[in-house]
Amino acid sequence: MTKRIPVVEKIMSANDRVAAENRAHLDAACVYSLNFMASPGAGKTSLVERTIQGLQDRLRLAVINGDIATSLDADRADAAGAVKSVQINTGGNCHLDAIMLQDAMPQLTLGEIDLLIVENVGNLICPSNFQLGTHKSVLVASIPEGADKPYKYPGIYRGVDVLVINKIDLLPYVPFDMDYFRRGVEALNPGLETFALSCKTGEGVNAWLDWVANEVEAERQPSVW
Amino acid sequence: MHELAITASVLNLALQYAGNAQPETAHTPHITDLHLVIGQLSSVIDDSVQFYWDIISQNTPAEGSRLHFRRIPAEFECEICYAHYPMHGDDFTCPECGSAEVRIAAGEEFYLEAIDVDEVNEKEVTP
Repeated sequence: MTKRIPVVEKIMSANDRVAAENRAHLDAACVYSLNFMASPGAGKTSLVERTIQGLQDRLRLAVINGDIATSLDADRADAAGAVKSVQINTGGNCHLDAIMLQDAMPQLTLGEIDLLIVENVGNLICPSNFQLGTHKSVLVASIPEGADKPYKYPGIYRGVDVLVINKIDLLPYVPFDMDYFRRGVEALNPGLETFALSCKTGEGVNAWLDWVANEVEAERQPSVW
Repeated sequence: MHELAITASVLNLALQYAGNAQPETAHTPHITDLHLVIGQLSSVIDDSVQFYWDIISQNTPAEGSRLHFRRIPAEFECEICYAHYPMHGDDFTCPECGSAEVRIAAGEEFYLEAIDVDEVNEKEVTP
């Protein structure tokens, strides 16, 4: 004889609990955090560099990079002026999870930073299943990827808080139907905050930097009730 | 390959609930079946979870258990005429009224609904 035991619990609940601990840890130190997700080559590291260079006079910034191998991205963050960069080599794992972030955070002195950017492994599928505990998730799309990505990878477009469309300097050279792209995004994630920019030319970057700076400021000065 | 991490989460969750099911006994009852509910938008492949499951459940109270997947297709609801329709292809607008004001109504489910365990024989229960 068997008996049925109702569970009805999210499969990722253990990960989500660790993510909540990560968030509490960051909040206690008044550190604002972003999770950058994208396909390989969309420009996550370029956006990290632009963000560091554009805000280093105003903010102290640290980066945690997730990659299958190498410390190339952390080296670029260092060169751009990050207070601290930490490379997580996932050893083949296709995503970061909350425990990997929890394990990496002690390498940072949270009191010395205002903004933590977590650069996830380049992948449009797996990272969207794993909350890290960051304040907001940012998806970096790019023009050469093509405008059909929201339709082909709806899960990740559904689950993010902010969309950056990178490489808009290539619009004259690459076929990309922006209306088609935006229609797909709007159906999956109505009202999604979106920045169109080019990390190469700098076009549109200031609006992104202002948004980040405002978000960090709001975290540093918790509203008083 | 995120299915390995997901499969490990399923195992931990199932063992936790099975262990709590018989608090009067020290041992976790044998798990025979697991019922998973997986929405289309969660990007999880049944065969891949099953493959990892057969490996990681070895030497646990879930060894030899069967996984049952209830797949939930992704579905939109039109905010204007309230029609429900499946997510399909690359046109997400409402097929009834043509509206682009839509919301996702289903397909994000990702949970363990229930497990079946062998009932412990009364005589084995130590008071």
